[in-house]
Amino acid sequence: MTPIRGGPDEILFRAGTGVFAVLLIAVVLAIGGELVWQSRLSIREFGWQFWQTEIWDPVAGQFGARPFIWGTLYSSVLALIVSTPIAIGIAIFSSELSPAWMRRPLVFVTELLAAIPSIVYGLWGVFVLVPWIRRLEIATPESMKRLPLFTGPPLGIGMLAAAIILAIMVIPFTSSIAREVLRVVPRAQREAAYALGATRWEAIRMALFYARTGIIGAVMLGFGRALGETMAVTMLIGNTPQVSTSLYAPQYTMAAVIANEFTEASGELYLHALIEIGLVLFVITLAINVISRAFIWSLDSRRRPVRPVRPGRARPASPEAA
Amino acid sequence: MKLRWTPLMAAALIASAGATLAAQKVQILGGGATFPYPIYSKWFNEYNKRHPNVEINYQSQGSGFGIQQITKRTVFFGASDGPMTGEQLLAAPGKILHFPTVLGAVVPVYNVPGVSQELKFSGPLLADIFLGNVTKWNDAAIAKLNPGVSLPANDIVVVHRSDGSGTTFIWVDYLAKVSPEWKKRVGVATSVNWPVGVGAKGNESVSAQVRQVPNAIGYVELIYALHSKINYGSVQNASGTFVKADVNSVTEAAAAAAANMPADFRVSITNAAGAGVYPISSFTWLLLYENHPDKAKAKVMVDFVKWALADGQKFATELGYAPLPKNVIDMEVKALAQIRTQ
Repeated sequence: MTPIRGGPDEILFRAGTGVFAVLLIAVVLAIGGELVWQSRLSIREFGWQFWQTEIWDPVAGQFGARPFIWGTLYSSVLALIVSTPIAIGIAIFSSELSPAWMRRPLVFVTELLAAIPSIVYGLWGVFVLVPWIRRLEIATPESMKRLPLFTGPPLGIGMLAAAIILAIMVIPFTSSIAREVLRVVPRAQREAAYALGATRWEAIRMALFYARTGIIGAVMLGFGRALGETMAVTMLIGNTPQVSTSLYAPQYTMAAVIANEFTEASGELYLHALIEIGLVLFVITLAINVISRAFIWSLDSRRRPVRPVRPGRARPASPEAA
Repeated sequence: MKLRWTPLMAAALIASAGATLAAQKVQILGGGATFPYPIYSKWFNEYNKRHPNVEINYQSQGSGFGIQQITKRTVFFGASDGPMTGEQLLAAPGKILHFPTVLGAVVPVYNVPGVSQELKFSGPLLADIFLGNVTKWNDAAIAKLNPGVSLPANDIVVVHRSDGSGTTFIWVDYLAKVSPEWKKRVGVATSVNWPVGVGAKGNESVSAQVRQVPNAIGYVELIYALHSKINYGSVQNASGTFVKADVNSVTEAAAAAAANMPADFRVSITNAAGAGVYPISSFTWLLLYENHPDKAKAKVMVDFVKWALADGQKFATELGYAPLPKNVIDMEVKALAQIRTQ
């Protein structure tokens, strides 16, 4: 504790803000506790089996979360693979390369994407994206369809549609934060790079390296958003609890099954199983956040000096710089 | 501008205070099934025009929600597309009564390229398609019921509801009655473990999927099939006739069932007997406590239900519901007397 200086105002201020901070932690703990309590019947009944079994049968009272865990992680990872390069590309362009007149509209439009309600993405997905994907699926050559990535009938809805819509929804989040992070890279760093004869690309690479922890943070934030996204995914993923690697197969996510079945869940065990799905989602989101945080810390702790531009690749200073 | 106390304003205030005294404002909260929501909101609105002091609010969040909320007494009345089970009734703190309000039907919708004729289905065939036993449109079982229709050799794509729903309940309740295999393997509930197919959220999504995906078959409430102008087939009823769902064939299903209607109205009328009956029909119910502590509200609610059963029925047809047959209405009016209003 740092010693408190000043009069009662200072103490009050400190106590007040402290209470808010503790309150937030208390809320998170309370959510966790409440989820465990509300799902106790299912936890008692299925134990760890809940994470492993694939059957979800409300009539027989058999509940297993594995297809939902798989669907959530698979769709989010796919979304990340698609969105990360695009988002970082947008961030680099708008912070480093874009002509000044284009910067504002570009930033505005990317941020506008984040303001569109999920259901609108879902509707666009159902009526525009899904027919495109179906055409793509029909056009897939038979030889490719034998690969485990492309099996199944051409439905249009399924993992691919969900992953693409998630990617579009995640891009504005990742790119906005990555852009902010790049903007705070000290000017001196860049100028030093240029002074050493770096090209544009080399200077940007240096800036990216400098900002790497922030960019990883931006990607993880996008991942978190993809994990919890509900409405648009529910409308596009096909809502079929199965574990499949196929992009064309209808699958299911944790958030989607809760949204779909919660209002009509009759019977205590069924309700508790659905809430346990919420608990699993909570735990997984928490775990991913902790892991990414730990990863960022490890990067920070072995903070290496910025890699010098290799002398062999350095170009002679251009005439105008001279 | 400064507000000035005028005699006119004073008079207006006194008048309005007098009006509130004369007619106590009654606000009633209900919740449940989404399927009857359009007609319920019409009814509440019309009833409010006739009784300006009564305001009924309805949260349309699903039958399961209605059952849960009335059991917890967070709403005054519930609404459900499937009757409450014996177990659910026992869980409630008081006796809950069921009152059928209107009827609906669930129809098989399909999109088979090159087939313009209306397709005919039988109950066992629909069960086999949704079980994954019949997988091609040119299967002998489909061809037999539809002679002269050139059916393609394409794989059938089954589309079902992904959200728990009264529509699903009616559909699988029928399939379980006509197919022992369905009853054993899948069972009856508002959401089930589907053997095949993809899930779509809500009636709208199911009809959108079926319209878009070639070779798809799904099921939606009749009203959605009519609105989205999608093909829906006729279904063979218990007497062997192929009947297409419409207001008359659905009401007829209720009339046929009325003969052995149980006193608590908790009855499934799927697969009802009778020549003109559409077999995948169902009542939708209002749920009311027999002895609710708030007698003033109970009195208003009884009056509302009486009105809905009499004058209210005329709004049914235009909104795509089938009105109740007269014999059922008569039984209900008698049953309403059980509700304690003082």
